[in-house]
Amino acid sequence: MKRPELDWGKIALNVLLPVAGVIAALCVGAVMLLALKVNPITAYSALFNGAMGSTFGLTQTLVKATPLLLVGSGICIAFRANVINIGGEGQIIVGALMGAWVPLTFHYWPGWALIPATCVMGFLAGAAWGFIPGILKARLRVNEILSTIMMNAIALQLMNLLLQGPLMDPEGIARGTFLAQSAQLPKQAWLARLLPPTLLHSGAIIAVVLALLAYILLWKTTIGYSIRAVGLNPSASRYSGIRVPFYEALSLTLAGGFSGLAGAIEVIGVQHRLMDGLTSGYGFTGIVAALLGGLHPLGLIPASVVFGGLLVGADKMQRAVQVPSSLVTAILGIIVLFVSGAALWSRRWSAKRLARQRLGGGA
Amino acid sequence: MKGLLSWNVLSGILNTMIGLATPFLFAALGETFAQTAGVVNLGVDGIMLLSAFAAFYVTLSSGSLALGLLAALLVGLAMGLLMSFVSVTLKAEQGVSGIGLYMFGLGMSSLLFKVLIGTVKTVDGFKPIAIPLLSNLPFVGPILFRANILTYCAFLLVPASWWLLEKTNLGLKLKAVGQNPAAADSVGISVSRVRYLAVCMGAVLAGAAGASLSIAQLNLFQDNLTAGQGFIAVALVYFGGWRPVGVLAGALLFSVANSFQLWVQVLGVKVPSSLAVMLPYVLTILALTVTANRARQPAALNKPFERGES
Amino acid sequence: MKGKSKLIGLVLAALVATGAAAAPVKIAVIMPSATTDAAFSQSMWGALLSVQKELGGEAAISLKYTENMWNVPDAAAAIRDYASSGFDIVIAHGSQYGSSIQEIAKDFPKVTFAWGTDVNTYGLPNVYAYTAAAEQGGYVNGVLAAKLSKSKKIGVTGPIEVGDAKTYIDGFVQGVQSVDKTIVISKTWTGSFSDVALMTAAAQTHIASGADALTGSSQSVVGSIGAAKGKGGVLWFGTQADQAGLAPELVVASQVYDWTGMLKDILAKRKAGKLGGVAYTLTLDNAGLKVAYNPAYKLAAAVKAAGDAAISGISKGTIKVNP
Repeated sequence: MKRPELDWGKIALNVLLPVAGVIAALCVGAVMLLALKVNPITAYSALFNGAMGSTFGLTQTLVKATPLLLVGSGICIAFRANVINIGGEGQIIVGALMGAWVPLTFHYWPGWALIPATCVMGFLAGAAWGFIPGILKARLRVNEILSTIMMNAIALQLMNLLLQGPLMDPEGIARGTFLAQSAQLPKQAWLARLLPPTLLHSGAIIAVVLALLAYILLWKTTIGYSIRAVGLNPSASRYSGIRVPFYEALSLTLAGGFSGLAGAIEVIGVQHRLMDGLTSGYGFTGIVAALLGGLHPLGLIPASVVFGGLLVGADKMQRAVQVPSSLVTAILGIIVLFVSGAALWSRRWSAKRLARQRLGGGA
Repeated sequence: MKGLLSWNVLSGILNTMIGLATPFLFAALGETFAQTAGVVNLGVDGIMLLSAFAAFYVTLSSGSLALGLLAALLVGLAMGLLMSFVSVTLKAEQGVSGIGLYMFGLGMSSLLFKVLIGTVKTVDGFKPIAIPLLSNLPFVGPILFRANILTYCAFLLVPASWWLLEKTNLGLKLKAVGQNPAAADSVGISVSRVRYLAVCMGAVLAGAAGASLSIAQLNLFQDNLTAGQGFIAVALVYFGGWRPVGVLAGALLFSVANSFQLWVQVLGVKVPSSLAVMLPYVLTILALTVTANRARQPAALNKPFERGES
Repeated sequence: MKGKSKLIGLVLAALVATGAAAAPVKIAVIMPSATTDAAFSQSMWGALLSVQKELGGEAAISLKYTENMWNVPDAAAAIRDYASSGFDIVIAHGSQYGSSIQEIAKDFPKVTFAWGTDVNTYGLPNVYAYTAAAEQGGYVNGVLAAKLSKSKKIGVTGPIEVGDAKTYIDGFVQGVQSVDKTIVISKTWTGSFSDVALMTAAAQTHIASGADALTGSSQSVVGSIGAAKGKGGVLWFGTQADQAGLAPELVVASQVYDWTGMLKDILAKRKAGKLGGVAYTLTLDNAGLKVAYNPAYKLAAAVKAAGDAAISGISKGTIKVNP
């Protein structure tokens, strides 16, 4: 499994298959649109224009892609160790809590200190939220699906607790509205807007850098090698002396950190305060983006843009042809089913390749 | 705090527990079948939602609870076939395809609700049935023997599942396929057929779970009615270590913690409500760490089977 | 027809900009939950539909909605998109959308924005704000509940202790206590706006503890009503929308948010050239809030009189209810 060579055939297949899956799913969606007496061509052109057809749409797509890329990069790391992290929602929430708490508490700090500190704390909080399921799996063999589901609910209630108490906006209390949101963050903690008045912020750059780091970690370091070895074949790894539980826990912790950072960046980059409804399901859609990107951080960069565009365009489609938002959720579900199913041909193809070339392993 | 220790409160806690546990039992026992055969179905919540809608809609328009229940089971079966096709035939990454199934069920149920019904309505669901003699027993009578038919079914399903998994040929096949599909294949068991069956059984039971919400307990439908109960059900399978009795223990623990925290709030114990709501989740994790459940996970869990791969 | 709406929208925007045609007023609304939630979002969507019907149908007002916008940046994108594609009035129906309105409204001085629930127009000339004094109807419901409760135990089922779920319940408690300070009021919070099953269990718990009057807020309280339905003699007091239809035999009264008056006022003001700058508060006094007695429930005359006295007292200002 040393230095996998660039295999263009495989890369092309990995691009084409998800695209084919998306197109097939959109065809099913077209039937549903017809049933709702909506012209699918009008609807889908609204979808495309909404996502890519204007500067605003395009920036909005990138804003959406940012958390997907961060969460997805973490998912890739976990998946490579054969660990399913469905705790993204909770990890985003605790990261977002830090994203609000740090700037509100240290509001007198200058921006150059406050922003990095907030990002680091967001990462650490998410990492802690991933570490707990990680250590439970490593030490006590508690399944990560169970613990991450529970940790999601715990994080949500933690946020509720803080938003009803210490973090509640004092202005809302004074005016008697008691909104479930924190005060607005001090301005120096806001990430720079790259293209005002659009919401595109420098968090997008951070996300790309982090995805590259995830790639380097997974494919250029011994830690990454061990993580992938654990995922490919845990028993062989064990025999070759790799501490399997350690790397499983580490991958969950890292995945949590990436999600936590995504939460912190959503707060200081977009929302500028902590609010209910902030995760927007990124913990789940991040998994989907990771799948579209072939569970590879570099594939994830274009995949998160495509998937972000799909989400933004779907909102636009809802506005343009007035279809219920739930239709969009259903179509997204079909996309996931089709794309995850289409991966079969990719595996078949590389299996054939492998048999032919008689090379061991590979990425 | 003293209020919590009365008989009235205790019976109240247990009574609510039985109701809350019903959908978890259906869904988690179903998922146990799927996982025993090696397939993780994370889409249980989506199946529950679409089935809950089907049960409600059919009951509302036909007036027949039996037809409503049947509709829920059929929708469950259809969703099970879809999941099997993607996960078994196409060998998809199961953690991901389940999320797709969940999103599909969530979206479809809300869409149909909006198009076909439009606003919250109620139906008269399955009524509690008092079992003669038993229901008159002091204390346990009102708790255990005055439930609706689906609750009885859910609890009877526990020994039935145990019997099926441990005492029948089918149970043996499910385990063989989940433990060592290559070996099962070599002795002539069709791995994909058994997995299809297991996933579909699980999905039909998830359909029953949905129906138990919409036409037995809540008697209404609303967007995202389950609020994530299907995911909890999946977690309970791990809690129970793929054993029906363990799943029962998990479902009861989670439900009793929930009804306990509600009583804590009702009796005005000075605890922030968010912490009270957290209790079942924290307790489930803690219980598992303390008992350190080292149950044997089906060896081929989450692994698609490809003939010729070791 | 819908397919051409974007094109038509562009044409209309051009026409409106030159002031050449009497086109229908284009209104868009962004809502956090579904238009079918039987609570907050449906109250606004219903009001818009009835205003549209009253003022001349689609020829006079064209309506578009975007629902389930729990995520604020998504809502902000929708608000900006509507504002830039020729809509006359953009309604952001959620208190979490405030910062977005503050930011976007400046860029579209010709568009009227309305948002709630809050009272802040940010000093902008094209922003209306609206809120509902939910505590007022809560107080009236509280008075009724206190008069009707025989067990002297009342249960409250809420989602999260924030926003109008909190102010309604605070008002309710004040109403109960104005009648009888010895009545025990217990509150449960489920930690979720959508968990119907837990809300049902909460209501069952209240009933098992001896409560014979219940109330609650959020779209998930329909579960509580369902729980009360099974038990004889338990009463329900509703808020946000008229909930009598869900259980005619046990709903005594509901506080109803009626946004139509406010919407018509905004339309009139806009026609007269005033694009914003006013904050509305729905109260019992200005008929934005109504207490809808359930005709199917036989309310004792003395109790109804107490309720009416509370309504007129709050309207006149002789009864003060704190949010």
